[in-house]
Amino acid sequence: MTDYLWLIVALPLIGFLINLFFGKRIGEPLAGWLGFSLIGISWLIALTPTLDFLFGNANPETIFYFEWIPMLGADAAILWDPLAALLVMIVTGVGALIHLYSIGYMHGDPRYARFFAYMNLFIASMLILVLASNFALMFVGWELVGLSSYLLISFWFTKPSAAAAGKKAFILNRIGDWGFLVALMIIFATFGTFDFVTIFTTAPAILTAGAATAITLLLFVGATGKSAQIPLYVWLPDAMEGPTPVSALIHAATMVTAGVFMMARSAVLFQLAPSTGVVVAIVGAATALFAAVIAVTQMDIKKVLAYSTISQLGYMVLGIGVGAYTAGVFHLTTHAFFKALLFLGAGSVIHAMAGRQDMREMGGLRKKMPITFITMTVGWLAISGIFPFSGFWSKDEILAATFDRGGLWLILWGIALLAALLTAFYMTRLWVMTFFGKPRWEEGTHPHESPWTMTVPLIILALFSLTFGWFNTPARLAFEHFLAPSFALVAHPEAPSLQSFLMLATLALVVAIAGIVWSWNRYHRADLPVEEGGFWKDGLNAFYVDDFYGRVFVAPGKKVSEWFADTVDPKVIDGAATGIAHGVESFGDELKTTQSGRVRGYAAGVAIGGILLMLAFLVIGGGI
Amino acid sequence: MTVTVTWYLILAAGLFSIGVGGVLIRRNALVMFMSIELMLNSVNLTFVALSKNLGLIEGQVAALFVMVVAAAEVTIGLAIIVAIFRRRSSANVDELAEMKG
Repeated sequence: MTDYLWLIVALPLIGFLINLFFGKRIGEPLAGWLGFSLIGISWLIALTPTLDFLFGNANPETIFYFEWIPMLGADAAILWDPLAALLVMIVTGVGALIHLYSIGYMHGDPRYARFFAYMNLFIASMLILVLASNFALMFVGWELVGLSSYLLISFWFTKPSAAAAGKKAFILNRIGDWGFLVALMIIFATFGTFDFVTIFTTAPAILTAGAATAITLLLFVGATGKSAQIPLYVWLPDAMEGPTPVSALIHAATMVTAGVFMMARSAVLFQLAPSTGVVVAIVGAATALFAAVIAVTQMDIKKVLAYSTISQLGYMVLGIGVGAYTAGVFHLTTHAFFKALLFLGAGSVIHAMAGRQDMREMGGLRKKMPITFITMTVGWLAISGIFPFSGFWSKDEILAATFDRGGLWLILWGIALLAALLTAFYMTRLWVMTFFGKPRWEEGTHPHESPWTMTVPLIILALFSLTFGWFNTPARLAFEHFLAPSFALVAHPEAPSLQSFLMLATLALVVAIAGIVWSWNRYHRADLPVEEGGFWKDGLNAFYVDDFYGRVFVAPGKKVSEWFADTVDPKVIDGAATGIAHGVESFGDELKTTQSGRVRGYAAGVAIGGILLMLAFLVIGGGI
Repeated sequence: MTVTVTWYLILAAGLFSIGVGGVLIRRNALVMFMSIELMLNSVNLTFVALSKNLGLIEGQVAALFVMVVAAAEVTIGLAIIVAIFRRRSSANVDELAEMKG
């Protein structure tokens, strides 16, 4: 019996409500502990049913609670399958660790309890998204995630840049949501229901190639918003304005995975539309490379990680595009661990540097904060794809799946490999600039190790970043077997032979090590290399994509808005309202002359009226 | 020549018209008031005449009601007129136009 699974969603929601209404009275640090423990309990609740899947003791099922919109086939129900279970474990597990970390990190913030309220709302939204049994309910979670990300990114809303970043994230996500919404309309028009199981089982029979392409392309538009792909990725770097735990939560474990999850959930539809797969793969590979190039030039430690997130998401999307859904989800999982680790580690560094984020002002922190250093090292090796850390296995699987398609797909494989080289390069750059070399701190900074609530999550995440890859090695495909029921209706790409795997893996490893060595030689010196002008300047400005969007979309949009505000609103809208008022007023002016105050005039009116009435009765009665 | 109900009705119509004319033409509030009384009583005459003619008692009941209402109305109306007269020593209704719009 798994009827109790609704508690997974309910507990964070309860935490949200309690912290929202009574947070001030609960105070610090109890509000944080409340948020953390409720999500921890959610994780514990989900743990046993998930292990049941892992050991093959359970089958996917739909748990029905009540009818929501019967006409749309949208019930309040949970589709409990391995994919949902995995995402629940990531969201609650990593989420709980980030909450624990935030208890220390947010110390002293005037809106401490409110922060945890929003965090809990975020977790609850994400859980609705992943547990939904139909597209309509998933869309509810999808939108709630957008809302809570807005609340969290602009948490320090008194800073204008933070307020703007929240707005930007929300608006760009709305563009993606538009695609998702239109896709839902086509899905309903085609299938007459939103229910996942019905749609996926009947899709091959009902869906034409054209409809499948349209639906999946629009779903992909939705995914580019949430999962920060070209062209909608620009919100993610700006979202670094939020507190660092928010970055870790949104950009590692939850929000950005929503798009990839949604595409994995709709794998059946994507399989029916091979041409969409090409688009998805190209966008994924392009994003992976482009974001990696930008990451190389960034100076802000969080910005490096932000672009690295975009780049890694590109890998996942590439995996979905080539039809390696398991590989995409696997990378999603390992990335959730090591990226959360890196973000929290960066947060620990920023905490120690009293809020400064520029890597040029760091250096030599290795001895001051040993735990952060060691755990960050694990994260660095994992994301760079070094054997046997988790990133190696998951990234390699996507690369292998792309390589396996052969033909022109090899170009995408080459791009992804190049991105892997750059990944190793910029991560080493970050690592060296932060922890090695001579200290370049400003006067009066006293770096120190963070409190245990911050280091414990780092250690746990480091353990997962190190070991989780071992779940899915060519020798032992536990992860793939675990997810198999979710992708039962999808054809699996053939696993590459051991020989080609070894060749590809060795190549990827050599590339990663080359990147690390190159970067180490460049940055591990007494003086940092001068990185100004030309490529570095363009990269630091993210190749002016934001300016381009600003000029092409935002500026005309503002012009139109201003026209509406300055012309349409005062003239047309106000004009209509005041026009009606003026009309009524002048009509009343005319009418009031009849109220002369002379009694005999009124009496004459009554008499004339009476006579007219009498005549009327005579006419009607036929008297005249 | 017998006196039929038509005679009464014609008389009532005549009285009513005189009343209407009085209200419309005269300016003295007191005279207007008397004209209104004339109209009320012409209607009473109609009620009673038709009640007798049709053999229904309701007409006479209605006439009694009208009398009661008229009596009450006269009391208040006269009180108002007296009050106005005391204030402005005139009962010309054309001068009472302060409430015009």
